[in-house]
Amino acid sequence: MNKMYSNKWYIIIFLLPALILFCGVLIAPIGASGYFSFFDWNGFTEKTFIGFSNYKELFTSDSIGFMKALGNSLLLAVLSVFLQLPLALALALVLGKKIKGERAFLSVYFMPVLISTVVIGQLWLKIYNPDYGVLNVALRAVGLDNLTHIWLGEKATALGAVFVPILWQYVGYHMLLLYAGVKSVPPELREAAMLDGASDGQVNRYIVLPYIKPIIKISVIFAVTGSLKSFDLIYVLTNGGPLHATEVPSTLMISMLFLRNRYGMGSTIAVLLIILCFAFALLINLVFREED
Amino acid sequence: MRNSSKTKEVLIYIGLAIWMIVNLFPVYWMFTFSLKSNPEIFGDNVIGLPKEWLWSNYTTALHTGNMGLYFMNSAIVAISTIIITLCVALMATFALTRLIWKGRKTLNKFFMLGLTIPIHASIVPVYVTLSKLNMLNTYWALIIPYSAFSLAMAILVCVGFMNEIPRELDESACIDGCGVFGVFFRIIVPLMRPAVATVGIYTFLQCWNELMFANVFISKNALRTLPVGVQALSGQYTTEWGPIGAALVLATFPTLFVYIFLSKKIQESFIAGAIKG
Repeated sequence: MNKMYSNKWYIIIFLLPALILFCGVLIAPIGASGYFSFFDWNGFTEKTFIGFSNYKELFTSDSIGFMKALGNSLLLAVLSVFLQLPLALALALVLGKKIKGERAFLSVYFMPVLISTVVIGQLWLKIYNPDYGVLNVALRAVGLDNLTHIWLGEKATALGAVFVPILWQYVGYHMLLLYAGVKSVPPELREAAMLDGASDGQVNRYIVLPYIKPIIKISVIFAVTGSLKSFDLIYVLTNGGPLHATEVPSTLMISMLFLRNRYGMGSTIAVLLIILCFAFALLINLVFREED
Repeated sequence: MRNSSKTKEVLIYIGLAIWMIVNLFPVYWMFTFSLKSNPEIFGDNVIGLPKEWLWSNYTTALHTGNMGLYFMNSAIVAISTIIITLCVALMATFALTRLIWKGRKTLNKFFMLGLTIPIHASIVPVYVTLSKLNMLNTYWALIIPYSAFSLAMAILVCVGFMNEIPRELDESACIDGCGVFGVFFRIIVPLMRPAVATVGIYTFLQCWNELMFANVFISKNALRTLPVGVQALSGQYTTEWGPIGAALVLATFPTLFVYIFLSKKIQESFIAGAIKG
């Protein structure tokens, strides 16, 4: 059998489809994006090599507003790590303790993750609708008329209004990962601590949290890289508006490509996004290693 | 002591219940306004159950709104993607776990890079290539990229399962005269059913909900998938919420329906996709 399993032809036949698909769609395009980012190119006519000009323009031009867009997505990352994750962790810790209705709560909390972001976006568009949306209707019903806003249309409220559904939708995702971690804590560890008189809080603090640290790390990485890449809900809710108040790198990239036909600049944004995602993933890995 | 822990428990349940309402309300609201008329949605009855169940919203969404078409397109793309992803991943996994050659560990790690590569990375080159090959506005324009981006997670899950299949099975099949393909198709593939289910569910959800590629690679109305179709529809019916609600329900219904029966399996597939070794 070993001889048969070492036959080169079989190895090639079994690997080839995956290699072609993987390299053709994922690996080669990264290189191509990097290459395009050095050109001024509208996608149709000849490319002109312009070195790092795209990068320079991106970081300095106020009219593109890349720094603002990046700032928005970093703000989302911060909110995600310091609001969304703690909430998800709290839910995971509570549900991981074998309480009544555990499965029901878990399943409902995870549900928004499965619903298409376009559907979620359309729903929240309706919730935020200035005239008939649930939010303003409710505010008027309790006499808080002065708190009503054109939530997605005013520069001051748009960013916050866009962030709420993004953060809301993925609480369940992080909760599920962390819950799986909490469930994997050996019961003996928990029981031993309880016998020593540890309270629930202490068990969580000294037994559960250290045990699930690797999963917390994964959650933080997903929260940060997910925020950097965020696109769907913003595209549906505001598409970067009003007056670029809710622009993030991805919406900027799409408008560069398909509204302004600036393929070189679009590629530059894509390359920077990949670099940022990997850089943050490495950084978070380092931070978690330092703590040990 | 007894009392304070009791109050604490009650408070926890109140918190959990509130969060449950926050999660259920938008979905409940979607279902109810999909069956209401404009006057009810816009004033008389914003939150309550519909007074008059207006099923005609659904016929409007299906017929004039083309939801049936988008639904079919999404189904074709999702099912083709699942089939391709599974075939390619099962084959690659067989080479990575069973066949004997140097560098298979490295190659496995190489594939795992795919878990972290954002789809942004490939959008420009893939768009340019597809347009050169005249493949924009075809199902393949979505099926191929979707399969490629599902591959890493599929291999991750399949490797885990295939390593659990005892090698003695391969050996005895060999002794019975099976070749490599025989072992693969008759022994390994049938035993990979749980992995196939996990990968299938995960891939389905990814394709069903994907927006960025679907929006960019397809511009013909006849080939649009649900997310893009729903977007287009809501642009047409800005003042009539009923049919939009119906379209949203139609787009969400299959996932929620499957979730009701397979919630545990679906949750497992998400955990498997995130937590690697």
